[in-house]
Amino acid sequence: MCSTPAADAPLFRTASRERPGPAPGLSHRAMIQVENLTKRYAGVPAIQNLDFTVAKGEIVGFLGPNGAGKSTTMKILSGYLPASSGRASIAGFDVFSQSLEARRRLGYLPENTPLYTDMRVGEYLRYRARLKQVPASKVRERVGDVLELCSLRDRERSMIRDLSKGYRQRVGLADALVHDPELLILDEPTIGLDPNQIRQVRELVKNLGGKRTVLISTHILPEVEIMCSRVIVIHKGRIRASDTAGNLLKNHRALGAMRVEARVPMAAGVEALRTVPGVKDVTAEAEGEWSIFQLRLDANADPGEEISKLAREKGWDVREMTRRRATLEDVFVELTHSDH
Amino acid sequence: MEQVQDRGWEPETNRSSMNTFLTLLGREIKSFFYSPIAYVVLFYFLLLSGFNFYFQISILNGYPTELSFVEVFFMPALFWFPFILSFPLITMRVYAEEFRMGTLETLSTAPVSDTQIVLAKFAGVVFFYVVLWAPSLLSFVCFKYITGHAAVFTAGSYWGTYLLLFLMGLFYISLGCLASALTKDQINAATISFTTITLLLFLGFLSDVVGVTQPTLKEMNSYISAVEHMRDFSRGIIDSRPVVWYLSMTALMTFLTLQVFQYRKWKA
Repeated sequence: MCSTPAADAPLFRTASRERPGPAPGLSHRAMIQVENLTKRYAGVPAIQNLDFTVAKGEIVGFLGPNGAGKSTTMKILSGYLPASSGRASIAGFDVFSQSLEARRRLGYLPENTPLYTDMRVGEYLRYRARLKQVPASKVRERVGDVLELCSLRDRERSMIRDLSKGYRQRVGLADALVHDPELLILDEPTIGLDPNQIRQVRELVKNLGGKRTVLISTHILPEVEIMCSRVIVIHKGRIRASDTAGNLLKNHRALGAMRVEARVPMAAGVEALRTVPGVKDVTAEAEGEWSIFQLRLDANADPGEEISKLAREKGWDVREMTRRRATLEDVFVELTHSDH
Repeated sequence: MEQVQDRGWEPETNRSSMNTFLTLLGREIKSFFYSPIAYVVLFYFLLLSGFNFYFQISILNGYPTELSFVEVFFMPALFWFPFILSFPLITMRVYAEEFRMGTLETLSTAPVSDTQIVLAKFAGVVFFYVVLWAPSLLSFVCFKYITGHAAVFTAGSYWGTYLLLFLMGLFYISLGCLASALTKDQINAATISFTTITLLLFLGFLSDVVGVTQPTLKEMNSYISAVEHMRDFSRGIIDSRPVVWYLSMTALMTFLTLQVFQYRKWKA
């Protein structure tokens, strides 16, 4: 089932050897298809037996702690690194044996956005457009479009070396978009940006989805919840979860918590609350007469009703009872404990 | 931010690989002339070349000789030394910069083949080299204007000399590119290419210096000796053996550069 591992392949493959048309056995509907992908650096596997698919029009978030293998996977998909074994395809074109075709359909933004510092923004984008085989007549138009899209109009003639990080990131994004690719692969596009810029990037990515497919890697979780239709969590080179954000949260309601503020001495309150079914653990702190209880709940437990009944029975005054919904961060932390 | 216009999903692939190559080449040449080293090399080359010109004329004034001016110009160390020195300087940044800046990643993820990249980088330096040498023809015109004598005895001398300069340039540039592809540090690249080129040049003197008498070794030496080649070519004798030597060695070095480039990219 796996195609030729990269290790067996000859040291170089020229364009003339590429087969036209999608490779056999790979789905035409999936935008990205990864099968059993493994990459070893000096014997140590960075990613192992990865299997996932990204369908057309999806915006998929690729989550994981540093060193989990996100960048490695993206570099393999973009054709920069060869895999140690397994295969990956973009729009049906194998990223190794049909690399040029795959790269034509892909816009890639690497981590740390490397750029040629000795060029101007407009010049650089025109160069990249020509390199990506945008027809000569369309180059100006396309560059104009991406300059507008990424709010770079007023910086068109600036030297890249003079730009701040935020602007460089935008240039990188503009570069990834300039040939209007079907698929965008963005490796941590919001690192080092201020909240305004992050919001702009987020808006941009959201607008791009639907017509285009986006695979975006990040470990800034609130963004993911807002932007992505699906989330793939990767840790130590393996996929731990791959689902919509909603499903992930639903299946991890074990991480739910509650906060209760009641007028009752700490110790008594803790004892009483511990008896409520569904409550795993209680910690408390005092604030004058009031005590603030933090409850950790069991899976799918919803003891709100019981707690208010309890409070009524015991005659406590309750001034706050909030259910803290599990967030993606909780899911992330649980999935990526270092002892997994 | 506005929505981008929708278009059909077939990538526009109606540009040939030649166009990609030319785009890469254009970028190489531009980046060359943006860097200060280009102007440093041009300046000192012009300076030393001019000094050589002056010096040779004053020698010819004093001592009659049966050599033409062109032959005399390209014979002494005043020509060879700056000649050798220019190669490490113009080739050292070619790959080292890409590796250091990390732009290799963006380059490799565009639909360009490795062969195109290597050839474009090579051609970029060759272009600069031609720019370096083409104006020297002017100095020979100057000579004719000043002295009234032609700088050469036969027109073939011009062809021979500049053909050899071009061929030697191809070879030494490909060597320099290989050295640049081997390291991330520009100084290392310059050192490797300088020592290799100097070594090769001096190998040509080996038979003279050591007094080798064996005919095979002598012939081997003359085959690779750049100084001997120049002696012949500047007289207008275009021998096909050096032509083959330089072209085939250039091809070999460029091939090796491609392998090293791919190896470094892949082993990441």
